[in-house]
This record gives sequence, structure tokens and C-alpha cells, in this order.
Amino acid sequence: MKPAPFEYSRPSSVDEACALLAADDGARLIAGGQTLVPLMAMRLARPTRLVDIARIPELAFVRDEGGRIAIGATTRQYVAEHDPLVRSKLPLLARVLPYVGHGATRARGTVGGSIANGDAAAEIVLVAATLGATLTWREGGNDFEMPASEFFLGPMVTALPLPACLTSVRFPVWPERRVGTGFHEVNARQSDFAFVSAAAQIALDTDGRCTRAAIGIGAAAAIPLRLDAVAEAMLGMPFEEAKVRASAMAALADIEFMADLHASADYRRRVALTLAVRAIADAFQDAARRV
Amino acid sequence: MKVELNVNGATHVAEVEPRTSLLDCLRDNLLLTGAHAGCEHGVCGACTVLVDGTAVRSCLMFAVQADGYAVTTVEGLSPGPGELSVLQDAFCETHGMQCGYCTPAMILAAHALLSKNTQPTREEIVDAISGNICRCTGYAQIVEAVALAAERMRGQNLPPEQP
Repeated sequence: MKPAPFEYSRPSSVDEACALLAADDGARLIAGGQTLVPLMAMRLARPTRLVDIARIPELAFVRDEGGRIAIGATTRQYVAEHDPLVRSKLPLLARVLPYVGHGATRARGTVGGSIANGDAAAEIVLVAATLGATLTWREGGNDFEMPASEFFLGPMVTALPLPACLTSVRFPVWPERRVGTGFHEVNARQSDFAFVSAAAQIALDTDGRCTRAAIGIGAAAAIPLRLDAVAEAMLGMPFEEAKVRASAMAALADIEFMADLHASADYRRRVALTLAVRAIADAFQDAARRV
Repeated sequence: MKVELNVNGATHVAEVEPRTSLLDCLRDNLLLTGAHAGCEHGVCGACTVLVDGTAVRSCLMFAVQADGYAVTTVEGLSPGPGELSVLQDAFCETHGMQCGYCTPAMILAAHALLSKNTQPTREEIVDAISGNICRCTGYAQIVEAVALAAERMRGQNLPPEQP
């Protein structure tokens, strides 16, 4: 469980980091290292050089951009978890952050690291996909932007180019007054990798009818799934469990679920359905409590 | 690479490979063997140390990344030679250990909690040690030890330690 040898650099700016990446195909960024270092310990990753961006000040922030909250790529998960802007404007992210690893890994792990590694079981990845976050990166002195729907390509595979440095994740803020969230996951030990996770954010009108919904399933397939058909079917409706279950079942029917030693594809499909319904029910209830 | 580490209040300079984990550097270079190597990939928590007062996994951090930070290991908790901290005492009294392999890490995780929260609920104690695996005790006495230490530290009527 010892990583293979590598070189180490700690640049002081994003452009310097990008130049180091561009000069060496085997170089990789490290910030918190809570995903990368286990991969290196198991020799699933063998970078020739680690470019440590954890101390670049311009990458760690939480900023209100009006309509969306931008979180700097190297913002520690622990910092985001306790940030007042995240708590007040990004209820779904605030709800899932305590489930990301354990306290000791959130203290080091970063919001951007979770995104850049694209682990299908990662809760932050699920929220980014569910809410339709935008990812920004720097490459060769230029800034690029991409919606989450195009960014996650497969397990641990993203559209982020090799010599690029993810700079921020921008989560949309829902301005509605009655917004509720729900989140459930199944794993072997609390905060371990999820076998299946489900997240929902729902806005209600004054009569308790759904005006907007976003639903996502994580860890079940190669990339996080957005159940848009389920969200659309709920528009204008109060919560009706049978209808939600039927539309979620239909939405999950064609998905190719992952299978491993811990959870078969059939099990994941059944659990995904149950957790999706529970997350939606919780989100309705949560929103209904707000006046 | 040369790395300058502040460990338990003293500055140490060590010559390490970039791939040397903070854990291996503490154990092999500085001969501080309180942090234990369990899984070495971030699952078991036996390697927990404090970095700037916060519990982290020293197997998931390279020594070169810790350059300039204040690192605390279990060796740094004792108030004097041959003495135990209130928390360590509580672990003895409640039998919060059997083989002892997870104990230094449990104590550091609990120490980090108690330095920020003087009145933790049972849930908060459980959450604070949830990243640390113990295969002996079933955790009950460990939770009891942390609660006992919290109670005693409140009784001391001292302000919480600044992390």
C-alpha cells in the first residue's frame, strides 16, 4: 500500500500549475488527495508528478454570484459544509455534505477534487448533476465552462482535459420560497462509498403543488442519473406516492446498473427506486414546512 | 526532498521522498510510533493525527504536503512525562480499548471533537469517531470514555482549548 515514486511541485498560481501539467503527460493535480491517494496506494494511479494546488489562494472561496453560488475548486468539503452561503442558498448540497466521507477526510477533501475525479458514488457529483451545476477550468491561459450534464462521462472519467485545472463549481440557486430537499443512500458503513444514493430538490407553490423538481440517482450506474421524466410528471401536482413510484420505475427501467461483490444490478435497481421515492417524499415534506 | 514539520510543538527537519506519507515520516523518520499503519488507504482511521487541530488521515497526506502545518500526534497529548490527559485517563477507566491498535487515533479524533465542542451529544461523539474502526470493543466503552472526559473537562471550568 505504498504509492509508486513521483516528483512533487507546489506552484503558486493556476497558470503555473497548468504549465507543469502541460509539460508532463503523467502529471496530475492534487489538492486534498482523499480520492487520488487511495488510488495511488493501490497503484491504480501512478502519476509521474503531483502538482499540489491546495495552497493557491485564488482557488479556495465560496462566492454569491447572484442566481448561483460559485465554490472554488480547492475549497475543503468541511469548509463548504459549514459555510453560511451554502447552508442558506444550496440546501441540497448542505444536506449531502455530512455524508461525504468522514470528518477526517472532509477536513482535507475538496469540493473540486470530488468533481474532477468523477466518482459515480460521490455525493457532491450527484448534487452537481442533479441541480445542473456548471464546471469551469483553466487550460493554456484560457477559461472554459461546461454543464455537469456533459462533464461526467463514466466511472472516474470526466471531460476535463489532462492539462486543465478545475477552478470552480457553480451551483444554481433556486429563488422559490418553498424549497425542500431529500437525500438517502445505502452503504456498508455510514459515510462509506454508497451502493446507491438518491437526491431530490423540490419547489412548491402556496397550495403545495410542485412547481419545479430535480431528482438524481448516484452510485447505481456509470454516471449520476437525472430523472427528468419523473420531475416533469410531478409538475403541478401534490405528492402522490403511487404516481411517483410508477414514473420512477419507468425511468429506471432502461438504465444499465452496475454490479459488484456488494450489490447486484437487480438490487441496485430496487434500492434506487425505493430511495428515489423516499427522497422525493422528504423533499415535499421539507418544502411544505416552509411558508 | 527536505521537509520542515512542526510536530507536537517542536520543529523537525526530515529528508523524505515525495511519496513518503506523513504517517511513514512520523513513524520512520521522527520515531513517533503512536500513529498506526492499518489499511494505508484511508479506510480504517488508525493513522489519525491532528493537522492544525483538525483530525486527518496521515496515510492520505504526503509528508511534503504537511510542510509548515502544526501536527499533533498522541505523543503530544500527555501533559507531562508519565502522565495521561483527562481523555486518556477516561479511556483507561471505562476500558475503552482492548488490543489498543485503534486507540491513539480514537483519542485524537475525540480530542479534536472536545476541543471544539465541550458538550457533545452521544450522536456527535459517534459521528466524531465514525471514521475509526475498532475490531475489539464494539465502541460502547469508547463512546462512554469520550462522554466521561467531556464531563470531567467541563468540571474543570477551563475555557476550551483553542485549536
